[in-house]
Amino acid sequence: MAKYILDFEKPILELENKVAEMKKLEDNLDIRDEISNLEEKVIQLKKSIYDNLTRWQRVQLARHPERPYTLDYIFMMTDDFVELHGDRQFGDDKAVIGGFCTIDEHKIMLIGQQKGRDTKQNVYRNFGMMNPEGYRKALRLMKLAEKYNKPIVTFIDTPGAYPGLEAEQRGQAEAIARNLMEMSRLKVPIIVVIIGEGDSGGALGMGVGDRILMLQNTWYSVISPESCSSILWRSWEYKEQAAEALKLSAPDLLEQGIIDRIVPEPLGGAHKDHKLMAAILKTVLKEELALFVKADPKKFLEKRIKKFGKMGMFIE
Amino acid sequence: MAWFKRSKQNISAESRKREIPDGQWVKCAECGEIIHIKQLELNMWTCIKCDFHFRVGSREYISILFDEGTFNEFDAGMKSGDPLEFTDTKKYTNRINSTMRDTGLSDAAVRGIGKIEGRDVSFACMDFKFIGGSMGSVVGEKISRAIDAAIEKKIPLIIISSSGGARMMEGAFSLMQMAKTSARLAKLNEEKIPYISILTDPTTGGTTASYAMLGDIIIAEPKALIGFAGPRVIKQTIGRDLPEGFQRSEFLQENGFVDFIAHRKNLKAQIAKVLDYAL
Ligand SMILES: [Zn+2]
Repeated sequence: MAKYILDFEKPILELENKVAEMKKLEDNLDIRDEISNLEEKVIQLKKSIYDNLTRWQRVQLARHPERPYTLDYIFMMTDDFVELHGDRQFGDDKAVIGGFCTIDEHKIMLIGQQKGRDTKQNVYRNFGMMNPEGYRKALRLMKLAEKYNKPIVTFIDTPGAYPGLEAEQRGQAEAIARNLMEMSRLKVPIIVVIIGEGDSGGALGMGVGDRILMLQNTWYSVISPESCSSILWRSWEYKEQAAEALKLSAPDLLEQGIIDRIVPEPLGGAHKDHKLMAAILKTVLKEELALFVKADPKKFLEKRIKKFGKMGMFIE
Repeated sequence: MAWFKRSKQNISAESRKREIPDGQWVKCAECGEIIHIKQLELNMWTCIKCDFHFRVGSREYISILFDEGTFNEFDAGMKSGDPLEFTDTKKYTNRINSTMRDTGLSDAAVRGIGKIEGRDVSFACMDFKFIGGSMGSVVGEKISRAIDAAIEKKIPLIIISSSGGARMMEGAFSLMQMAKTSARLAKLNEEKIPYISILTDPTTGGTTASYAMLGDIIIAEPKALIGFAGPRVIKQTIGRDLPEGFQRSEFLQENGFVDFIAHRKNLKAQIAKVLDYAL
């Protein structure tokens, strides 16, 4: 796969390349000190860049085409995966994947939005944009999980619900609304993880739960920075400002009380080390699942409703 | 859908006279008919010639639906906070304040309790003229309280939607209003409280994808734009023109998402009739 380099990743990469070059010469020249100096500089540069990411830079990391997707996590985290297809009404939406799986001692239902790696896959996965049958497929699997008393984990990674003609005809709005209502009442624990993009209703349609987590470099808001820019600034040029104004990063959402936890990513972002990212997420998910092992559904259901009930800010 | 009883006139001559300035004329956006504003109100803000439904707000719907003098508004003073300290080309707080001044409304929804043909109803209505009927924290909270009131008093719930979607300037807070209101409606269902959702022009975005589409009975006004994505976005996505009547009330009924379409003049009678079966 061709490497995809973001603008702010370039200076790091240049410095890393230089270190690599010098290491090749190390046998003939006495440049060990210079190399370790340069390596120290790489660490410093990374720290200064990744400790001060702008919100727009995080959006770019969230969309990085080499970022792990749902299927990658399933492959790296689970011992077993029984994929289940279709909504039993219209078809099988490829933008969402779901099924039973095992994560060490936990047997769960995992449902995740799925993007493609290349053009062909992206056409197949509809760029991670679900149609109504996708939301209905997700709901069917969630109800199955409820029947079999298995916790639900959902992975969110979508640039939005698909804004197509047939999607409207088949009731995109109704499908999302139904999920919001039903998910608020499912009698099994629901853990939601934003693993990439959490764009608006298309994300929330699988995003109601007891615990809401975001990976460190992801975004979650009511609109993408680009669309917000085009509506409020009447130009596509203000996406950076829009991202800042929307306060859409994981630390923002934690501060707003909308999410419960941030999952750290490897330095430089999840795409830098898939295995490490999956290991971190697996550990976190096991901690989260452990919270509910003997939990009383009545109690966490009441908490779930209250949690969403108090979201908002108004003056009386 | 057949309705056998003719609807009653439900605004008294007394109330018709109030607040109607003389000598004002409006032009129908559909057929161009010039209509006196008094005549328009008598006709419940629909065109006397072509039945075009003019866009009206909470004040008008309260007068259309509720028995004279029975509606009590609650939470009238609730106004938007500014959770993100949001600024685009202007500050969100300034936008709110100037809209409040221009419209005389405190936000994009009004809620209260009143009587429809003698029956108590918990009611919420959106106002499109307040920042495009956008749903932020205030709308979400008022809708939630309208739902809670219906549950508490065991009376039916009616919500009239008119909205361009979520309130961008409240970021994720506005998004969460969808989950907040839908979760409350789940509770309403468990308590078997009837909920009638009325869709008016336009009902799109997050409003449609939450409480608007969750009615036991969904009634639409004729030819209202109803959808999730806006027509412009869809046109951009698919790269061709949209078919005639796409995302209009009739299209939704045809596709199974609206129970029936009601002319505004019949709305009250038809709601009352549904409530006869629901209670
Ligand atoms: Zn007309």
